[in-house]
Amino acid sequence: MPLLKDGRLADDPWIEVGGDEALPDDGQLIVTLARWRESRDKLVKRNQPVGVRLRSDEFPDEIAGDLEHFAVIALEFPTFRDGRAYSHARKLRERLGYAGELRAVGNVLRDQWVFMRRCGFDAFEVRGGKEAEAAWQEAAGEIGVQYQPAADRRPGVLALRHRPA
Amino acid sequence: MYRYDEFDAQLVEERVEQFRGQVARRLSGELSEDEFKPLRLMNGLYLQLHAYMLRVAIPYGTFSSKQMRRMADIARGYDKGYGHFTTRQNIQYNWPALEDVPDILADLAEVEMHAIQTSGNCIRNTTADQYAGAAADEIEDPRIYCEIIRQWSTLHPEFSFLPRKFKIAVTGAARDRAAVKVHDIGLFIRRNDAGEVGFEVIVGGGQGRTPMIGKTIREFLPKADLLSYLEAVLRVYNEYGRRDNMYKARIKILVHEIGAEEFGRRVEEEWAFIRDGALDLPAEEIERIEAYFAPPPYEDLSGQGSSPWVETVRLMEPEFDRWMRVNVAAHKRPGYAIVNLSLKPVGGVPGDISADQMDAVADLADEYSFGEIRATHEQNLVFAHVRQSDLPDLWRKLDGLGLATSNIGLVSDIIACPGLDYCSLANARSIPIAQRISERFAELERQHDIGELRLKISGCINACGHHHIGHIGILGVDRKGVENYQISLGGSADENAEVGKIVGPAFDADGVVDAVETIVNTYLGLRDEGEIFIDTYRRVGAEPFKEALYATA
Amino acid sequence: MTLQVVTANDLSTGLVVYLAADDGWTERLAESRVAATETESAALLERAKAPEVRWSVIDPYLIDVAEEDGQLKPVRYRERIRALGPSIRLDLGKQAQKEL
Repeated sequence: MPLLKDGRLADDPWIEVGGDEALPDDGQLIVTLARWRESRDKLVKRNQPVGVRLRSDEFPDEIAGDLEHFAVIALEFPTFRDGRAYSHARKLRERLGYAGELRAVGNVLRDQWVFMRRCGFDAFEVRGGKEAEAAWQEAAGEIGVQYQPAADRRPGVLALRHRPA
Repeated sequence: MYRYDEFDAQLVEERVEQFRGQVARRLSGELSEDEFKPLRLMNGLYLQLHAYMLRVAIPYGTFSSKQMRRMADIARGYDKGYGHFTTRQNIQYNWPALEDVPDILADLAEVEMHAIQTSGNCIRNTTADQYAGAAADEIEDPRIYCEIIRQWSTLHPEFSFLPRKFKIAVTGAARDRAAVKVHDIGLFIRRNDAGEVGFEVIVGGGQGRTPMIGKTIREFLPKADLLSYLEAVLRVYNEYGRRDNMYKARIKILVHEIGAEEFGRRVEEEWAFIRDGALDLPAEEIERIEAYFAPPPYEDLSGQGSSPWVETVRLMEPEFDRWMRVNVAAHKRPGYAIVNLSLKPVGGVPGDISADQMDAVADLADEYSFGEIRATHEQNLVFAHVRQSDLPDLWRKLDGLGLATSNIGLVSDIIACPGLDYCSLANARSIPIAQRISERFAELERQHDIGELRLKISGCINACGHHHIGHIGILGVDRKGVENYQISLGGSADENAEVGKIVGPAFDADGVVDAVETIVNTYLGLRDEGEIFIDTYRRVGAEPFKEALYATA
Repeated sequence: MTLQVVTANDLSTGLVVYLAADDGWTERLAESRVAATETESAALLERAKAPEVRWSVIDPYLIDVAEEDGQLKPVRYRERIRALGPSIRLDLGKQAQKEL
């Protein structure tokens, strides 16, 4: 799937390993949480970047102790209506201090990118091709005001209103 | 009332253009209906039986004469010359075209209005007591906090795809006129023993399929903690609320299933991480918004006592006397009064108002109430600051407009959802039943004798007509293709909130009107002196009413 | 079996429409294409959902209709209301537009 990072389409060097697939010997792998639990030692010993993919009903607490191992965490939106990953993303960024790539996967639509970015996502699985870059620029520019503080650390309106002179 | 600063204005304007882009992408086919639907819902645009329906936000029910005139223009220019006030203090238009909606929103933005988040699985309009700022028993004006909550909840990136819709209400007086106990979050402004003002936090109230009264999870929350605490509640809901069944997705189900204590514990656990941080509410911001809700420039009428002119007119005009009894409420400021404008003329459509009436109300607001108008969750309007000496003149003018029916809180002050006449969710029509009951009790002397009796009608289980909290509630159902109506008794919306109980088998459209009359007559036969319907019901129970309705002759 | 037609709401105006003989959508029930058998109904709905037909409407679905006094009328009460307009405002909706 094409990946949007920093407003650009990027090649995705990561390999997603499905539920029952054997672990390839080589390559940067993204595994499911279940797979991580099963094969943790093996994956760590491989000495290659590893990532984990969480379903929307799997909580960040469950990987809180292992964050240092993940160069990427993929959070699922099984349908765009399932908004749990917005909370999970914020927890990973703001509470657990996760600094690696936080990727939105699944039913990831243009009109939710900005919400996702504000919650801490910095990579997005997208449909389509080059037009996604133009769509990103457009989406990113649509609303310049945010009332609330969020993971992206852009100042909320309260902070701007009551800035010391 | 609140006025936008540059940030508020920018957001609303940008939102209009964002939606304009989304509409264009929908009309071109780039967006499917499935993808577009949540976006249009988050801009208040529904698809109903006959047409689209646009729900415009009236934050906490307070708006200005200027805004009212724009609402009238929109009714005329883009719709069919009328609007409908709802049970959440918003206004609805029933016939806008999709391609016109961005322009409608642009027109609204010019007068500091919007339709943001009046639908969708997000945080909706935060409602308040319609007498806020004027009621004698008020601790603090709840609208200050409604405005703070409105801003925090607008385009909240984390909470725009909740399991289901989310409704918050705030009340500032001992008497709860905002029905906070049947909201997802209800906030009761309280004063603690140290004299500080804060909030009692009530969670998990709601109506619909499974009506529930909310539970207190925190007795006292300091003001500065308001937003961080709300964020904790929403986060727990967003993460743990059910998403497998849309009829079990409200927060009330979560609170019910894990228990209020456990729910409160999870909130406190989450809150411990985020309190005293970026969401701390600065005192400067509270003061800034408080200033917008400062009292209007009242005259000093303290020396005057009750207006002799008013007393004279009461004696001369029985209809004015009746109006004074039920449509006018006491104001905290000497010489002033709160006036209710009834949108329930006998046989009328509850909550509907024509564009011409809207313009006239705007003019009257300017003349008599500092240009400010309120919408109530009972689908009426309020002028909150009227000089008592002006009451006879105002009454005459309202009467000329058909807005002075002296029935506030009485049996013909019926709350009704749009029902099957408009709504694609409905199973039965509600408005014709309201009209017929209203006509059956048309005689005002009789209504005044009956006294306070809150009747609410919903056309389906979603309960937008709030039938669960009616003294008499009526629920329209579909019985093999025929409209039938189920009656419940004993519901109430105030600080003693209760869900009504179904009284027996449903009635057809003729039968339900007779049934309501039977219920009223039963009450009249049983009441103690001065006892209103709900108190009689609480005293004697449902049995006498069941007998009267169902015992075979 | 009863007669059936396909109904939807127009994307742009939101108004109630029916699938017509030419694959277009009409506001007039009298002009709608009628299916008389189950096979015809299935084919009608499939046609309505074809991308080149459905692009201008939202959510097409089948409804039962019957002939009454020489006119096609919907069977289900809800659909009668959609075909006419709000029962409490006879001056609004299709019922108020003589030519419909």
